Amino acid sequence: MKFLVCISNVPDTTTKITFTPDNKEFNKAGVQFVINPWDEYALTRAIELKEAQGGGTVTVLNVGEADTEPNIRKALAIGADDAIRVNAHPKDAFFVAQQIASIAKDGGYDVILMGKESIDYNGFQVHGMVGELLNIPTVAPAMKLDMSGNTATLEREIEGGKEIVEVNTPFVASCQQPMCEPRIPNMRGIMTARTKPLKVVEPTADAARTEVSSYALPPAKQGVKLIPAENAGELIKLLRNEAKVI
Amino acid sequence: MSVLVVVECDGGEVKKSSLEVASYGSQVAQMLGTTATAVAVGEATEANLAKLGEQGITKVLHDAEPRLKDFVNGAYTKLIAAAAQKEDAKVIVLANSNIGASVGSRLSVRLQASIATNVVELPKTDGGSFTVKRGAFSGKAFADVKLDGDRKIIAVKKNSIEALHEAGKTAQVEAFSAQLTDADFADAPKQVVMQDQAGGILLPEADKVVSGGRGMKGPENWNLIEDLAKALGAATACSKPVSDVDWRPHHEHVGQTGITVSPNLYIACGISGAIQHLAGVNSSKVIVVINKDPEAPFFKAADYGIVGDVFDVLPKLTQAVKELN
Repeated sequence: MKFLVCISNVPDTTTKITFTPDNKEFNKAGVQFVINPWDEYALTRAIELKEAQGGGTVTVLNVGEADTEPNIRKALAIGADDAIRVNAHPKDAFFVAQQIASIAKDGGYDVILMGKESIDYNGFQVHGMVGELLNIPTVAPAMKLDMSGNTATLEREIEGGKEIVEVNTPFVASCQQPMCEPRIPNMRGIMTARTKPLKVVEPTADAARTEVSSYALPPAKQGVKLIPAENAGELIKLLRNEAKVI
Repeated sequence: MSVLVVVECDGGEVKKSSLEVASYGSQVAQMLGTTATAVAVGEATEANLAKLGEQGITKVLHDAEPRLKDFVNGAYTKLIAAAAQKEDAKVIVLANSNIGASVGSRLSVRLQASIATNVVELPKTDGGSFTVKRGAFSGKAFADVKLDGDRKIIAVKKNSIEALHEAGKTAQVEAFSAQLTDADFADAPKQVVMQDQAGGILLPEADKVVSGGRGMKGPENWNLIEDLAKALGAATACSKPVSDVDWRPHHEHVGQTGITVSPNLYIACGISGAIQHLAGVNSSKVIVVINKDPEAPFFKAADYGIVGDVFDVLPKLTQAVKELN
């Protein structure tokens, strides 16, 4: 079975977010980039399923410029077999979805996995766009994924519960915990990753449909008002009379 | 031309987040000089749908196909696309929920629309451009996004828009069939498992949340959290370490890789406030932190704080709420 795992290159969770002086772009200076934490669930689960099947391949796909390659290598070190980088700045979700759909179609992948959303743009859109472009089912967000032959059983989270869904390959799923325990690379993985194939291709379509005109930071908090523990009940009065939330 | 809003219903009732979506849509319609039509998904009653008039909705399309009770991505997408065609909708508004994002992203391709999710404000429409403000960087920033093209889809973040309530106004409910076939139900659930909700309040819909971390020392102490939540009419939640060790179920985990909540009130008990946790709660309107460690980073993100032992403070708070009521 052929798995395609889409990963995004995002600022590390602890990054202090700042923007370029015109507020049009995220300021990358001095920022550590990581594999999007949600995508790690997709990657690890694909590797686990491949191992359980005793065959098949896991291909990692990233739409990004050359500076994303360290994290693509990291995904190979975790256990993917090969990688494809679409050499382009990811303009918006639709732009990225078109690249993924094009690669998925040409490569004949059975299962297309990605994280629920990226922690930088938080779009939660690419999964559905890819599914629609390929005219195949999407299950989002998936908390569990098991395969039996060409049939997948997934748990789809809905507000307040979950649905057990069965779909046949090919399909798209956007993954989240508790699907698996994301793996970290071991030394052998890091060594072998260096020689695994990483193919760079040019984008196939150029269209984007949205554009960020500016970024802004939320207004700073006023500072915490401390209430003495022995007088804790006072807090409830403040929440009613001052904050007016209860 | 019109604005189409997608209202999610559950057990016959329109979800609170969908009342906000309807209010958003009717205000956009007013800005564009048109009317707002709703299309209902889930289990809805005509009486409750008619009440969407209070949120400024003129007409509600209702497909009575019984299989629409549960979420089916294929069928919901086709239904909404058909409603959008019928109404010549230029703007489609949905909730930024799992359903909204699943359906909205597919629709954007099918209808060749531009889409923004996680939207927190009404659009700006100066000079022919159409710009919405959305949350980005896990609540650490906002982005103004220009939506191109003739059709737009907007997924509105919960609790960012005040729902309108114009008492007495009713919407006209109209039977509608998207002519759904078996093929549209390919991803229909084999089984639906709903969570056992303490007090019946769903965490993603809650406007008040009481949340516990490792400082609660064990699942046997959660009655303190539940008592306060019950007194306040709040949902309960937890931090990632707590769900990782199975003190609480995963669906209560708020944070970077859990649920993102934006209630009016978030009370964090014995949670230090790791940045991954803050990412899930930082758009809450008022944050209260109770922690015995005065150096806990969460105090920096809080509006109110109590430096003290949760086992001592929580019963006092519960008592104070009961006295107030």
